[in-house]
Amino acid sequence: MPPLIQFAGVSRTYGRGEAEVRALDGVDLSIERGEFVAIMGPSGSGKSTAMNIIGCLDRPSAGKYLFQGVEVQDLDQDRRALLRRHCLGFVFQGFNLLARQSALENVELPLIYRGLPKAERVARARLALHKVGLEGREGHDPSQLSGGQQQRVAIARALASDPMVILADEPTGNLDSQRSHEIMQLLQALNRDGITIVMVTHENDIAAYAQRLLVFTDGKLTRDEATPALISRSA
Amino acid sequence: MLWETVSLAFTTIIRNKLRTFLTVLGVVIGVAAVIAMVTIGQGSSAQVSASVAALGTNVLTVRPGTRGFGPPTGGATAPRFSLKDAEALADLSLVGYAAPVVSSGQTVVFGNANAATQVYGTSGDYTRVQNWALRTGRSFEPHEESAGSAVCVLGQTVATKLFGNSDPVGQSIRVKNVACQVLGVLSARGSGSFGQDQDDLVLMPAKAVQRRLEGNANVDSIAVALRKSVSAEDGIAAVQAVLRERRRIGLTQPDNFSVSDSKELSNMLGGINTVLTGLLSSVAAVSLLVGGIGIMNIMLVSVTERTREIGIRLAVGASARQVLLQFLVEAVVLSLLGGAIGIGLGLAIAYGGSVFMAIPFVPSGAVVALAFGFSALIGVVFGYFPARRAARLDPIEALRYQ
Repeated sequence: MPPLIQFAGVSRTYGRGEAEVRALDGVDLSIERGEFVAIMGPSGSGKSTAMNIIGCLDRPSAGKYLFQGVEVQDLDQDRRALLRRHCLGFVFQGFNLLARQSALENVELPLIYRGLPKAERVARARLALHKVGLEGREGHDPSQLSGGQQQRVAIARALASDPMVILADEPTGNLDSQRSHEIMQLLQALNRDGITIVMVTHENDIAAYAQRLLVFTDGKLTRDEATPALISRSA
Repeated sequence: MLWETVSLAFTTIIRNKLRTFLTVLGVVIGVAAVIAMVTIGQGSSAQVSASVAALGTNVLTVRPGTRGFGPPTGGATAPRFSLKDAEALADLSLVGYAAPVVSSGQTVVFGNANAATQVYGTSGDYTRVQNWALRTGRSFEPHEESAGSAVCVLGQTVATKLFGNSDPVGQSIRVKNVACQVLGVLSARGSGSFGQDQDDLVLMPAKAVQRRLEGNANVDSIAVALRKSVSAEDGIAAVQAVLRERRRIGLTQPDNFSVSDSKELSNMLGGINTVLTGLLSSVAAVSLLVGGIGIMNIMLVSVTERTREIGIRLAVGASARQVLLQFLVEAVVLSLLGGAIGIGLGLAIAYGGSVFMAIPFVPSGAVVALAFGFSALIGVVFGYFPARRAARLDPIEALRYQ
C-alpha cells in the first residue's frame, strides 16, 4: 500500500530571477496512515508552504506530490477542491469560523459542498460537535464561545466530513497553556481513532503530543525522527 | 445545492438590512419608474381608444379648405358649405347621419349666472352622429330645425354653471340677445382626447344660429356618421365624390375641402402617446442601469469584506464554481428583490397617477414580467464580475486576509 502522503523532490519557488525565493527545495518525505506528525522550524523555513502543498491549497513548482499513491500536483483547481472536500480537514491558528453563523452551521459547511441533504448534515454536524465535547452549544455564535471552544468547533468542522487527514496549522497558537493541552489531547484521541494528523507548531511541548517530528530549515527537511524523549511531556 | 445557495443569499441579505436597502434602492427606483411610465402610458392609450369607441361608428368630419398636420391652408378662401351640402351627404346610401355644424362663441345667461361657451348650430342628427344620449328632456324636432326656432340643448357643464342642481328643461336662457327655450340636457362626457371639456357647449338648430347669431348662411363643418359595415375609405370616397360635384371641382383640380376620419385623430394621438411613453421609459431604463452599477459596486465591496469567508469556504472544499454561484445568486436575489419592490411601487404610482389624471388603470402582466426578467438580467450581468473576482481568489491569500 503506498504511503498516504508522499513528496518526491518537491520544490516551491516564488517570484522570478533576482527576486526568486525558494520556500521548499527538493523535499522528500512520506507520511503513512494513522501517523501523528509535528512539523517544526523557524519562520521562513518552508513548513507552512509544505502544509499548504499537503492541503492542496498550493502546488509545487517542481517535484511530485502523491496522495495515496496518486500524483496530485498537476490537478486543476476544481479537482483540488474535490480532494479537500472529501479527504482533508483543516484546523487553523485563527480558528477561521464564519462569524455570523452558529457552531452547528459552521460544522455543516463542508457537508453543504458535498451536497448532503439538510437532515443528514445536521445529524453529522451534531455528532462531530459531540465528539469534541460541545454538545449543547450548537446554537452559539463563535463570538459567544471561548477560544478553546472555537477551536473545538473548527476541529468538529474538520471532522464532519470524515477526512483521512487533519491538517492543523499552529492549532494552539492563540490559546493559553491549559486550553492548548486540552486541544492536543483531543487531537491525540482523534489520532487514536485512526485519523492521520499533520500539525505545524512552534512549541516543543505541543510537538511532544506527536509521534514523529519533521524539522525544516531553509526549505529543506533537516530532521525526521520519532518525537525525542527530551521534549516529551516533562518539557 | 442551488437551493442552499439561494437560502444562503437570503440569510446574508437579511443580516445586512440597511446595506441591502441601499443596494437595491437604485433598482427599485429604476423598475418603479419604468412600470409607472408604461402603465400610465397604456392607461392613456386605453383612454384614447375608449373615447373613440364612444363615437360608435366611424365619424367623418368635413371642413372647407385643405388640412393636414399644422395650420389649415386655404381655409379662409375656400367656399363654405351650406345646409344643402349636409342634406346631400345625409342622402348617401353609405351614410347613416350627417349633421351640419355652425359654431359660434357666445356668452349664455340665465338670471344672474352666465357662461362663455361654444354654441353649435346643427340638427337633431348631431347627437346621433356623436352617439350622444340626452340626460333629460328632448332634442330638436324637424319643424324647429326648419323654422330656426330659438330652442337649445345644453351640455352638462353649461347646465351646471347656469342652473346648478335645478332642472333647466322648460326654462329660458339668453344667448347673445336671443331668448332661447331649453329643451334638454346632454349626458356628461368628461374630458376629450386633448383634455378639453366636451360638455362645455350649447346645441341650437343650425338655422337659428345662422340667422339670429351669425347673420349668414355658412356651415363650418359637417359631421358624418357612416353606416356600420362601411369602411372609412369607401365612406370618404363617396363623400368626396358628392362634394366635388356639388362644388363643381374639375377633374384635374385638387379638393378645396378636407375629410378627416375620427380614427385618424386617435391614431395620431396613439402615435404621440407611444413616442412619449417610449421616451420616458428609456429615461427610466437609464436609472435601472445605474441601479445595476450600484449592485455591482456593493457586491465588489462585499467580496473584499468577505475575503476571509471565501478563503474558509475554499479550504473546506468549495469549488471556484460554487463560490462564483454564491455571489452571483446573491446579486440576482438582490436585484430581484429590488425588482419586486419596484414593481409594487411602480404600480402604486401608476394607480395614483391614473386616478389623478382620470384615465383607466391598465396594469400589464407582460410589462411586470419583463421588468422582473430585466432585474434578474441586471443581477446576472452586474453580479458576474464581482462573483468572478471572488471565485478567483487564492485560498492561501484569502485565509491570511485580515
